[in-house]
Amino acid sequence: MWEKIKDFASTFFVTGDPLIYGADVAIVLTTFAIIFVLTYYKKWGWLWREWLTTVDHKKIGIMYLIASLLMLFRGGVDALLMRLQLALPEMHFLHSEHYNAIFTTHGTIMILFMAMPMMFALFNIVVPLQIGARDVAYPFLNALSFWLFFFGALLFNISFVIGGSPDSGWLAYPPLSELSHSPGVGQNFYIWGIQISGIGSLATGINFLVTILKMRAPGMKLMDMPMFTWSVLATCILIIFAFPILTVTLGLLFVDRFFGGHFFTMDGGGNPMMYVNLIWMWGHPEVYIVILPAFGIFSEIVSTFSRKKIFGYKSMVFAMMIISVLAFFTWVHHFFTMGAGADVNAFFAVTTMAIAIPTGVKVFNWLFTMFRGRIQLKQPMLWTLAFIPCFAVGGATGVMLAVAPADYQYHNSYFLIAHFHQVLIGGVVFGYLAGIYYWWPKMFGFKLDERLGKWGFWLWNIGFYVCFMPQYALGFMGMTRRVYTYGWDLGWAPLNFTSTVGAFLMGAGFVFQIWQIAYSIKHGERDRTGDPWNGRTLEWSIPSPAPHYNFAVIPQVKGPDAWWEMKKEMQQDGTKKKPVQLKPIHMPKNSGIPFIMSVFWFIAGFGFTFSWVWMAVFGLIGVGICLLARSFQYDTDYYIPVKEIERTEKALGRAV
Amino acid sequence: MRKPRLLRCIQLIIMAAFAIIVLAGCENQFLVLEPRGPVAETQYQLIVVSAILCAIVVIPVIILTVFVVYRYRDRPGNKAPYKPEWAHNTLLEVVWWGIPVVIIALLGFYTVKATFALPKPPAPTAIKVQVTSLDWKWLFIYPEQKIATVNYAPIPAGVPVQFEVTSDAPMNSFWVPQLGGQVYTMPGMAMRLWLQADQPGEYFGQGANFTGKGFAHMQFKVVAKSQAEFDKWANQIKKTAPELTMDGYRNLAKPGLADVMSFSSYPEGLFEYIVNKNGGPNHKHHSNNHGTGHETEKHDMSGMHKHH
Ligand code: HEM
Ligand SMILES: [Cu+2]
Repeated sequence: MWEKIKDFASTFFVTGDPLIYGADVAIVLTTFAIIFVLTYYKKWGWLWREWLTTVDHKKIGIMYLIASLLMLFRGGVDALLMRLQLALPEMHFLHSEHYNAIFTTHGTIMILFMAMPMMFALFNIVVPLQIGARDVAYPFLNALSFWLFFFGALLFNISFVIGGSPDSGWLAYPPLSELSHSPGVGQNFYIWGIQISGIGSLATGINFLVTILKMRAPGMKLMDMPMFTWSVLATCILIIFAFPILTVTLGLLFVDRFFGGHFFTMDGGGNPMMYVNLIWMWGHPEVYIVILPAFGIFSEIVSTFSRKKIFGYKSMVFAMMIISVLAFFTWVHHFFTMGAGADVNAFFAVTTMAIAIPTGVKVFNWLFTMFRGRIQLKQPMLWTLAFIPCFAVGGATGVMLAVAPADYQYHNSYFLIAHFHQVLIGGVVFGYLAGIYYWWPKMFGFKLDERLGKWGFWLWNIGFYVCFMPQYALGFMGMTRRVYTYGWDLGWAPLNFTSTVGAFLMGAGFVFQIWQIAYSIKHGERDRTGDPWNGRTLEWSIPSPAPHYNFAVIPQVKGPDAWWEMKKEMQQDGTKKKPVQLKPIHMPKNSGIPFIMSVFWFIAGFGFTFSWVWMAVFGLIGVGICLLARSFQYDTDYYIPVKEIERTEKALGRAV
Repeated sequence: MRKPRLLRCIQLIIMAAFAIIVLAGCENQFLVLEPRGPVAETQYQLIVVSAILCAIVVIPVIILTVFVVYRYRDRPGNKAPYKPEWAHNTLLEVVWWGIPVVIIALLGFYTVKATFALPKPPAPTAIKVQVTSLDWKWLFIYPEQKIATVNYAPIPAGVPVQFEVTSDAPMNSFWVPQLGGQVYTMPGMAMRLWLQADQPGEYFGQGANFTGKGFAHMQFKVVAKSQAEFDKWANQIKKTAPELTMDGYRNLAKPGLADVMSFSSYPEGLFEYIVNKNGGPNHKHHSNNHGTGHETEKHDMSGMHKHH
């Protein structure tokens, strides 16, 4: 009996590596610390009422933000470990299997569990406020989306200490990811972690599309919407068409692995090329899913900090829509070398290059928004200005990759790695960080410290170029991606070493940012106006942080830059806001079901991962019961009485 | 005085980085930028053309960014015009929709031309080499010489060589940077790629698509020799090397690393056997189209067809 248990434990838990034991200890200690703090300060009830059951889009946004920062940390540690291993030739820091697991989890986490939730954080925090709404269209669904993401991410992450991590790359090409070559449970963790959070992503796409189309403040026409809201609209459309492809693809891979199917094996009539096509039909739109909101953020910031209207609004909207359509017609550029033939490659080369046109147009429009403006170099603007040259170069190398015959030389090399990190870090990460700095006062009521922020900013930026410029050169030297080591004879050592230095500079930048947050919680400049940047859009018309009903009175919108125009009008009239008649506000009630249902999904996913059918079935039954329970719940909303609104508004310093 | 110290620090780091890059540039070979055959040469030219065309847009954008930020900064006494409502100008917008369109059209033209031109070798290919990626080594079969090698591939210099690639392991990619870009090796399929080395020499090659544990060690050498040298070498192997038996192949195909090896013979139709056993017959009609685009004439198809 004892022997059996020992046997089980040694395969169930990942063993034999000091890093892992360290992580085990850290996880246990943190868990105990959290439990202790919550119990000692009697905060369990608070946690449940205020956070775990909340349907308030602002709180959900904050939870997304915290989770994504944690994932940025985990993915960043992965990155540093890899760079350490590659710093010099023939290093023995990580062995091959370990390295392979780390680059797989790094890629998956950064795209799906860092970039996506950080994006959803900003969707949640900003969109309803920008369009003058009190919540999203489906608040319950919104909470469910978050918890599905959360437990999907959790499932994926525990593979580090339980069962073993996936190690066949962030897109898990078969046959490598099939049972024949990846017999462990790692690949199952990958499938179920992504599937569960993927349902949440799809739901968020639908939720925000409906929110934007149906819940705008009266008078706000589509062409009056702030650019960020437009970018979210475009993104949601991409999500709705792209994510089902991912779900089906991984579903088929699951059938192959679990039921011995042959969708992607060569024997039995399947075809791995089908997987490669499918995964990129999702994968390419996915990279545009994460970049479009960043474009929206930059548009808001450029206009606000140049104190000028956005230049070429119509052009900007048009460009974004073209991008979202074209994004579905370029996927083959990820495997020009798979032998599709000259005609196919030529077509996809041209569509890919064509995407650069609207992208370039947006850059010019940002530049001309600043032109004849008055530029204030506050933190959000700094990141925006760093983005422009960085993204221009990244886009250019993208165009170079799109030259199909030349891609035969770049493909799978460090040139490709440098390209996508340049657009993902210089575009997506810089963009989201800019957005976080910009909307932070709206979320928390204080600004983030400028001095520490500048340290973070310069370390990130210098680190970025030191890390990734050498990688372009390494690509030309023939270094391929995903090698865990290389020889002295190849001459790759100096550039790799430089690259590692850059990675650590970025790591230091991140540390400064965390310090900055901690410092600013105490010492940051408080925002009592609700409009710390002299903003242009509706979110700045309400107090910071926003009361949970957002708008005591839904604003009447007359055109673009609604808040800017209102401010102008108020100045001309010489009056403050006219007193208005308050009415009771209709709000959704909190619910524990999203959390509980996601726990059941987690159980089901865990069961499937270990092929414990009883557990999977139990989890799925739990999910079913939650669905039923929700359908018979009728008491799901309530009204906030006028008295309470008055009290809240007064406390926030607003005359009513 | 914190700032200056930081700045000096940063300066030092940047200078050190530059020094390393420059030094590195002297010692090492930028293989992709030093083509040694017509395929790599065409690809190199495309790389240069595309880089220049991109630079035409990117460099002015960067200069303009710096200029705009400098000139329109919010400083007291800045005399530059301030027009907060100026947000549209049709002419300007037509210009910056137009410039990228022209550039992309130009680049697209060169790209499409090369995409259709590259698959066809200028002369009929002189020799065929059948390449199989295994876990984690490369097997090269010379059907005309009836010999085989592992992890090195001699070829005659100055003539186009027809490579036919497949895999008896997860999908990999066959890449010899100085001779030309890569093509995927896929189980059950025989894809084709022609390459040529203009001069005798040793060319670094490697697997470019991740295949698991030993992937990083899948490097090989393509050794170009004059035709006479090549024939001499082949004869030599024929006489002195051991044979590769079917059992020998099965052993070779087991996951693990391997040294350089040579074989005086191999089981008849080995390559076709490898393609077929991985589901080749299911994909017969495909392999016609999936000739990587680097295809010669259609009737000159891989042995897997004749083999039936
Ligand atoms: C001007 C626009 C762009 C063009 C023309 C472009 C072109 C390309 C091409 C042709 C490839 C495939 C190269 C290869 O595998 O050999 C590629 C890879 C990639 N690109 Fe871009 N790209 C652009 C912008 C972006 C943006 C905005 C993002 C993300 C924010 C992005 C993320 C990626 C990623 C993640 C990969 C590779 C993923 C992998 O293989 O694991 N790209 N790009
Ligand atoms: Cu793509």
